[in-house]
Amino acid sequence: MSELSVNHLLGIKYLKKEDINLIFETADYFKEVINRPIKKVPSLRDVTIANIFFENSTRTKLSFELAQKRLSADIISFSASQSSVKKGETLIDTVNNILAMKVDMVVMRHANPGAAYFLSQNVKACIINAGDGSHEHPSQGLLDCYSIKEKLGEVGGKKVVIVGDILHSRVALSNIYALQLQGAEVKVCGPKTLIPRYIESIGVSVEPNLRKALEWCDAANMLRVQNERMDVNYFPSTREYTMQYGVDKALLNSLEKEIVIMHPGPINRGVEITSDVADSQQSVILDQVENGVAIRMAVIYLLASKLQK
Amino acid sequence: MSQKVLLTSKEVNIILHRLACQLIENHLDFSNTVLIGIQPRGTYLANRIKALLENDYHIKEVKLGFLDITFFRDDFRRGEKQLEAHETQIDFLIEDKKVVFIDDVLFTGRSINAALTAIQSFGRASEVELLVLIDRRFSRHLPIQPDYRGRQVDAINDEKVIVSWNEKEGEDAVYLI
Repeated sequence: MSELSVNHLLGIKYLKKEDINLIFETADYFKEVINRPIKKVPSLRDVTIANIFFENSTRTKLSFELAQKRLSADIISFSASQSSVKKGETLIDTVNNILAMKVDMVVMRHANPGAAYFLSQNVKACIINAGDGSHEHPSQGLLDCYSIKEKLGEVGGKKVVIVGDILHSRVALSNIYALQLQGAEVKVCGPKTLIPRYIESIGVSVEPNLRKALEWCDAANMLRVQNERMDVNYFPSTREYTMQYGVDKALLNSLEKEIVIMHPGPINRGVEITSDVADSQQSVILDQVENGVAIRMAVIYLLASKLQK
Repeated sequence: MSQKVLLTSKEVNIILHRLACQLIENHLDFSNTVLIGIQPRGTYLANRIKALLENDYHIKEVKLGFLDITFFRDDFRRGEKQLEAHETQIDFLIEDKKVVFIDDVLFTGRSINAALTAIQSFGRASEVELLVLIDRRFSRHLPIQPDYRGRQVDAINDEKVIVSWNEKEGEDAVYLI
């Protein structure tokens, strides 16, 4: 199959296993392209993409911009803090004004879950969800799985634990869906207050003890505590969180096998992960960033090929 | 669907030898030349030429790479066809080297146009030449001609020239269907 079954990238939950395989295969080719002396391909010369970020971002925004530039697309970037949104313009109006300038695709990050889906139902453009509240972050889920596949050879049959603030994490949900679609077994680990109730109903088991979780897994995805989304105190102090759920080199070395350490970024060094772990041989954190550009190039390329001319 | 044999296995092999000899005439010991097979189907021809040069004509170490031109094509989003990429494998720089593109059939010339743009990502070649097994005369959309041709064929637009290779289809032959 050489085309995606969807016209937007709103969430992993709308994708099929074949879609993910196609994205990974295309990302392999783009990974080779971004390692050439001239890192550009002209495929999206006639496509204009708007990056609309209502929430802060370093990695995702830069990664999308770079992916688009490498595909030779024209891009315009917009951050809400400097826009007419402050004057009370609605989301649909904002986007329709942008689309009136002949923009073909929109990459959006928004604080409200479902914002990307809402937009896809109300405007005529291809929508890529760069994170909607604590719901999904599909490109991150894809690049995390791709990084696991790169390091371990395949995702099917592997055991992956996601550690930390699962409740507020869109990375966690996208990862869970993507890993399960490819046949991996997923556990979550974190303070009880930060694990959503009924998470077992999506096929994920809970392991409250970090050491046991790390002994079990092949790869561990460490999440940052999402302080900006917390309305109340979910744990007594950051120090206590670190003692129970932070990973350091001593803990890693004491495990029976070498596991892969991942983190979507940004890292709070010394909180969920120490510097010597983040910079160790087992960490693929920087590979995740490189893979992010290749995966986003693949997604944009495949979605653009479905745009009506 | 009528199928006419344009080249039999024996004829293909004689042509391959002739093409190899023509290459040696121009490139001598290949110390400054690299062969680039155009994905997907130029790769078989490129491998065969390299094998002939090294085994039958004793050229030491011919550099061979494969170039995928999918992302440089000019028909992206313009046709019903879904584009399928293949691997690009060029483990050397082409800076100041003579490049010989190798493809099985030259038709409109658009693939080679894409290849000329794509190869620039790997450096500035001193010269670029084109070797094809089948040259479909009078079908060009662009001013592109081969430097080395196996056989020139006149075919109308809706006919297809199919090259089959021993490694893939079990026999070396060229068909017109």
